Amino acid sequence: MSQSDTLGSAAPNAPETGLETSLEVNNLSLHYGDKQALIDINLGIATKKVTAFIGPSGCGKSTLLRCFNRMNDLIDDVTITGSINFQGYDIHDTRVDVADLRRKIGMVFQRPNPFPKSIYENVAYGLRIQGEKSKAIIDERVEWALKSAALWDEVKDRLKDTALGLSGGQQQRLVIARAIAIKPTVLLLDEPASALDPISTLKIEELIHQLKDDYTIAIVTHNMQQAARVSDYTAFLYIGEMVEFGETDTIFRNPKSKQTEDYITGRYG
Amino acid sequence: MTKSNSFFRNWFASGEPWIWMNAAAVGLSISAVIGVLLLIAVKGLAHFWPTDVDLITYKNESAQVQHVYGEFVELDQVSVEQFLESGGNPTWVQPNAEIMDRWLVKTGNRKISAPDFRWIFVDQISQRSTPDNVMVLERIEWGNAYGVPTKLILGEAPTAPVSGANLVSALNQSIAQANIVRDQISDLESGVLNNINNRLERLRLEQRGLLLKESDDVERLREISEEQSELSAEYSVNEKNLRALYRELDQDELVITTADNIDIHVRVADILHAWQPNAMNGWQKTAQYFSNLWRFLSEDPREANTEGGVFPAIFGTVLMVLLMSLIVTPFGVIAAVYLREYAKQGVMVRIIRIAVNNLAGVPSIVYGVFGLGFFVYFLGGNLDQLFFPESLPAPTFGTPGLVWASLTLALLTVPVVIVSTEEGLTRIPRSVREGSMALGATQAETLFKVILPMASPAILTGVILAVARAAGEVAPLMLVGVVKLAPTLPVDGSFPYLHLDRKFMHLGFHIYDVGFQSPNVEAARPLVYATALLLVTLIVGLNLTAITLRGRLERLYRGVES
Repeated sequence: MSQSDTLGSAAPNAPETGLETSLEVNNLSLHYGDKQALIDINLGIATKKVTAFIGPSGCGKSTLLRCFNRMNDLIDDVTITGSINFQGYDIHDTRVDVADLRRKIGMVFQRPNPFPKSIYENVAYGLRIQGEKSKAIIDERVEWALKSAALWDEVKDRLKDTALGLSGGQQQRLVIARAIAIKPTVLLLDEPASALDPISTLKIEELIHQLKDDYTIAIVTHNMQQAARVSDYTAFLYIGEMVEFGETDTIFRNPKSKQTEDYITGRYG
Repeated sequence: MTKSNSFFRNWFASGEPWIWMNAAAVGLSISAVIGVLLLIAVKGLAHFWPTDVDLITYKNESAQVQHVYGEFVELDQVSVEQFLESGGNPTWVQPNAEIMDRWLVKTGNRKISAPDFRWIFVDQISQRSTPDNVMVLERIEWGNAYGVPTKLILGEAPTAPVSGANLVSALNQSIAQANIVRDQISDLESGVLNNINNRLERLRLEQRGLLLKESDDVERLREISEEQSELSAEYSVNEKNLRALYRELDQDELVITTADNIDIHVRVADILHAWQPNAMNGWQKTAQYFSNLWRFLSEDPREANTEGGVFPAIFGTVLMVLLMSLIVTPFGVIAAVYLREYAKQGVMVRIIRIAVNNLAGVPSIVYGVFGLGFFVYFLGGNLDQLFFPESLPAPTFGTPGLVWASLTLALLTVPVVIVSTEEGLTRIPRSVREGSMALGATQAETLFKVILPMASPAILTGVILAVARAAGEVAPLMLVGVVKLAPTLPVDGSFPYLHLDRKFMHLGFHIYDVGFQSPNVEAARPLVYATALLLVTLIVGLNLTAITLRGRLERLYRGVES
């Protein structure tokens, strides 16, 4: 696919930031069988910023996020049209290796899903998949990832213990450490704090603040305060359509659309 | 409406009767299981106790007074009617009696008095005592001998025979010596000589193979005949040693006197064990009991399986079950992984799944017939044509054997493994799969590094069920490899050590054979119980091992299922 096809077209709903984008979504539509879940989405995810997706349940925000690392491939009967450009290619291009794409675009899920292995092995998993054999390199990277995820101090003495013994919040930070251990450029967070208590949520949010210095982050949340606190840009989705996309301050203070305003002020959702 | 009526209605509505019924059903099932286990345990384990030997004086059917040494086995009752119909002496019947008591007594001494069990009517016993000096001899052939030892003739050159006080200790010494020599003989026969025979046979086959192929490798043929003559020379040297050992065995002889004063000469070499139960105290008897039990577990069977041990059957059963597990686990797991992880879920997969479930319900003998037709004759026959043409027409793999039995049972149990593995795979949450894929793992990497380890408890459950089913299965095995008496174990010291083509013995078949094919019913009966107990113990043991392993794995993965 040529560059001009994809990168040239200006996304109509993209915020006029003038910033560099990591992911460029053009005319993206998605069907589950006959049911259309995403309708003609156009947006850009700004590099080393946090972009939040908000909207009522079933609006397609998680589906959109899962498009970015082709997680929807795992579901039968999904058809996708349109393109998502990442590092110069449409991610659906046959030349793109899915496994490689997913290494560059890491993902953290709604519920903590550590593997039934030790804390150390969980973080080392992605490296081992890539074929890294050197214990020194893995050791160093595990420590680095756990420190980046603000978990190191809590687990450094029990790296060999099972990850399932950690609390929910710790497990979620472990999963984030696992995702950043393979040094992705983009991090997708799918409601990362929805299963956590307020203190753990706070820690995750602080973590997001730190991580955005190094990573492009896209986060799905149904918690509007959270979106307001952590994100630089916010997209509001409603029944498969992107209603509004812009700087978080603008969306929350001065929404252009009535629907956005109703949702933000809690009239529905 | 009466008060009691509403009481019962309330009681029914409360659900309490159901709880009681359930509890009763559970209680009944458990007591049935415990009852069966207790029955076979008591009947089987009692057999090994060194019972006192009675000297019984009684009148037989022809009104002759008989003296006999024997072990009391059981009390039986016959109806008078039956007694008279079978030609019993009418004068023995007490007036107004309807049943008559009789004892079953094991009298041994098979060579001089034909059956080694006798029925003795209690009323006809005039005297009964337990003399201290009576001795039981367990012989290699002809069963037990009972009598009072009178003298021990030592050596080829007749020195003065030992008798009196020293006799017992001299006898024990002589038996111990004979045991050592017998061990040497069996080492020589099954070790060195067997090894030479195997090598000779391999050389013969290689030679025949070369001739069949019309090979002109003269060099190799010459080498072969050289090796053959070397081995033959080695064989004759060892054979000479063997003959010397046999002569050594032939030397000592024990004379015992039966209750009716007949002398029996027993070669010490034929005595496995001698004891004087009446002179033993409780501790000695207990020691003797465990020694008997151990010999039952560790020795080969003798006398058409009615005596001796069951070791080859234990060995065969365990080995067959292990091989079966080794075959069935990968097959079942691979099939389940394909059905659950790779195949597109649809009508076809559903049909396959139903077919697999129904396979579990096919009668086992059908698998036996299939195994014989497909594995033994087709696969085995073709293997022989391809790889062992030199030993034809004698089949190598084209005859029932260990590998075919294991394969047949693996086929029989593969549905169980598939079903439980599939269940385990379904239970693994999607989030874990996605977590792995999101880190850039392919489906195969996810499968091997995360999914299969997490499904391992379920896989083991399948293996446990498969083992439980396979270890108790007899019918198909009779067609594909189990025999009444296998001359050699399937594992030995000669290359290739594990002989998959050999026939083997099996505890389940052993029970059938001893219990229903044996000429000596009375001797066989306790062995049936003992073997049954052993089989149950073995299956429980195999299962417990797997359950322990599964428990460990479950602890490892606890808390993932969300």
